[in-house]
Amino acid sequence: MLSQESLKLIDVEVAKYPPDQKQSAVMAALRIAQQEKGWLARETIDEVAQYLEMPAIAAFEVASFYNMYDLEPVGKHKITVCTNLPCALSGGVQAAEYLKQKLGIDFNETTPDGNFTLKEGECMGACGDAPVLLHNNHRMCSWMTTEKIDQMLADLAK
Amino acid sequence: MSERNLILAGLDGDRTWRLKDYMARGGYAALKKIIAESTPPADIIAEVKASVLRGRGGAGFPTGLKWSFMPRSFPGAKYLACNSDEGEPGTFKDRDILRYNPHSVIEGMAIAAYAMGCERGYNYIHGEVFEIYERFEEALAEAREAGFIGQKILGSDFSFELFAHHGYGAYICGEETALLESIEGKKGQPRFKPPFPASYGLYGKPTTINNTETFASVPFIMRDGGETFLNYGKPNNGGTKLFSISGHVNRPGNYEIELGTPFSELLEMAGGMRGGRKLKGVIPGGSSSPVVPADIMMDCTMDYDSISKAGSMLGSGAVIVMDETTCMVRALERLSYFYFEESCGQCTPCREGTGWLYRVVHRIEHGQGRPDDLDLLNSVTGNIMGRTICALGDAASMPVQSFIKHFGDEFAYHIEHKTCLVPEDVQREGSKIYVGPSC
Repeated sequence: MLSQESLKLIDVEVAKYPPDQKQSAVMAALRIAQQEKGWLARETIDEVAQYLEMPAIAAFEVASFYNMYDLEPVGKHKITVCTNLPCALSGGVQAAEYLKQKLGIDFNETTPDGNFTLKEGECMGACGDAPVLLHNNHRMCSWMTTEKIDQMLADLAK
Repeated sequence: MSERNLILAGLDGDRTWRLKDYMARGGYAALKKIIAESTPPADIIAEVKASVLRGRGGAGFPTGLKWSFMPRSFPGAKYLACNSDEGEPGTFKDRDILRYNPHSVIEGMAIAAYAMGCERGYNYIHGEVFEIYERFEEALAEAREAGFIGQKILGSDFSFELFAHHGYGAYICGEETALLESIEGKKGQPRFKPPFPASYGLYGKPTTINNTETFASVPFIMRDGGETFLNYGKPNNGGTKLFSISGHVNRPGNYEIELGTPFSELLEMAGGMRGGRKLKGVIPGGSSSPVVPADIMMDCTMDYDSISKAGSMLGSGAVIVMDETTCMVRALERLSYFYFEESCGQCTPCREGTGWLYRVVHRIEHGQGRPDDLDLLNSVTGNIMGRTICALGDAASMPVQSFIKHFGDEFAYHIEHKTCLVPEDVQREGSKIYVGPSC
């Protein structure tokens, strides 16, 4: 069950759309649900669908279409690295290699302690800041040198 | 910042994005004047037409003309949408506009809504920039509080409600009808056109969608006049434009310049080539635009017409600079993977074709290329282009065609020698983690 706080946040989103268009809030509602639960289990998606009075399958379609929703459990800290061409030219790929080596995992894997998951991302719209990482979908970290990556991982592991 | 800036004028980094700062820069003066004088909507559209503002999202379609497509006397709701779903590799200008000058977009949208009679609008913000979305929400709250958006704006009969909609990771939602589907709470799959959004848009109602930078240009046009805006650029290419420069330059970032500025000057503004190395090729308008070899690019000016003459597109103004350490096959392999990953899967030629393109480029890069692979790639692109609902298929094809056209020798070398023309250690050194001036 989603918390009262999450439902309140969802209500704020619903109010942005015409009264007969509650489904428009599904993307935000799934984001809010994922923030609370860490990932989107089928029953969480079903609950969101029910709350917005839409078919469960339609909510699942959305959850599976947009790539920032996690349909499987991820680590406490999900780190997404952009390796697309503009970033790669300024070290995006090498930053990803460094992270893999530091964490001892490959893309789409989680460290055994459940702390870190590493993902390869597509364009985040921040190519001038390369290398760019995204922490838990919502915090962007720019110009990530190896020293800054070390610092970030140390801070997050605390 | 220089006198060349209109959109980024008078900004001081992160410190001047709030309403009071924007108003101190002359912000909301245009909206206030329009409302005080009850300017006829047709006059606003005429002014925007006179500015020759062309859509800044990539297509370069004349904004005034687009606005005139909206039915004047439609009974019922009409919508306005701002496309801030900036995810075309190389593009990062809208993020800076929303971060440093969000009220310019809000004022531009309010003026547009007044001109087209829209009662409600949404700004669709790219998923990966959540902090920008939060800031825009704050800016909206300020504007609402001050009476610049909402019911009965500044005491007039004009009402316009504006909200932010946050994406969650899908490049395709930058396509305007996919964006509308997404606001409706569905998968972002583009709609068949016609009908166009001006007649059947959000929730089936007439809708106009413009890019963030396009809206951000509107307050200046209404305040200083369309002709003044036009004169900043060159004929048929009005105004200034933000260029996002990434890749092998010393100072990657956004630069606002007059349309028609020589590329060489822009390159200099970005600090020149990293390590003094030689320019190899430039993707001048985002990853979908055809690559242009160095010698042709150095003769170009940065405007729609010049870049088009060079066989490419100005697109969103995303300039990806590649130096001599770049393996063009590897560069194309990464872009092809992106389109394969981001195809929405709706149309067979794109869904199957983008995967096919990626797999063939991948095998060339990895020493398994076959003699007829370049013909195969050209044939696959020919069978994708023009055969899909939206432009993603074309966007995936144009890089493939242009890379082969201009750097075909490098592809042939890979196929024949099963290795890169540019040695691996040279590539790694050229694309190592960049410790730039911003670090």
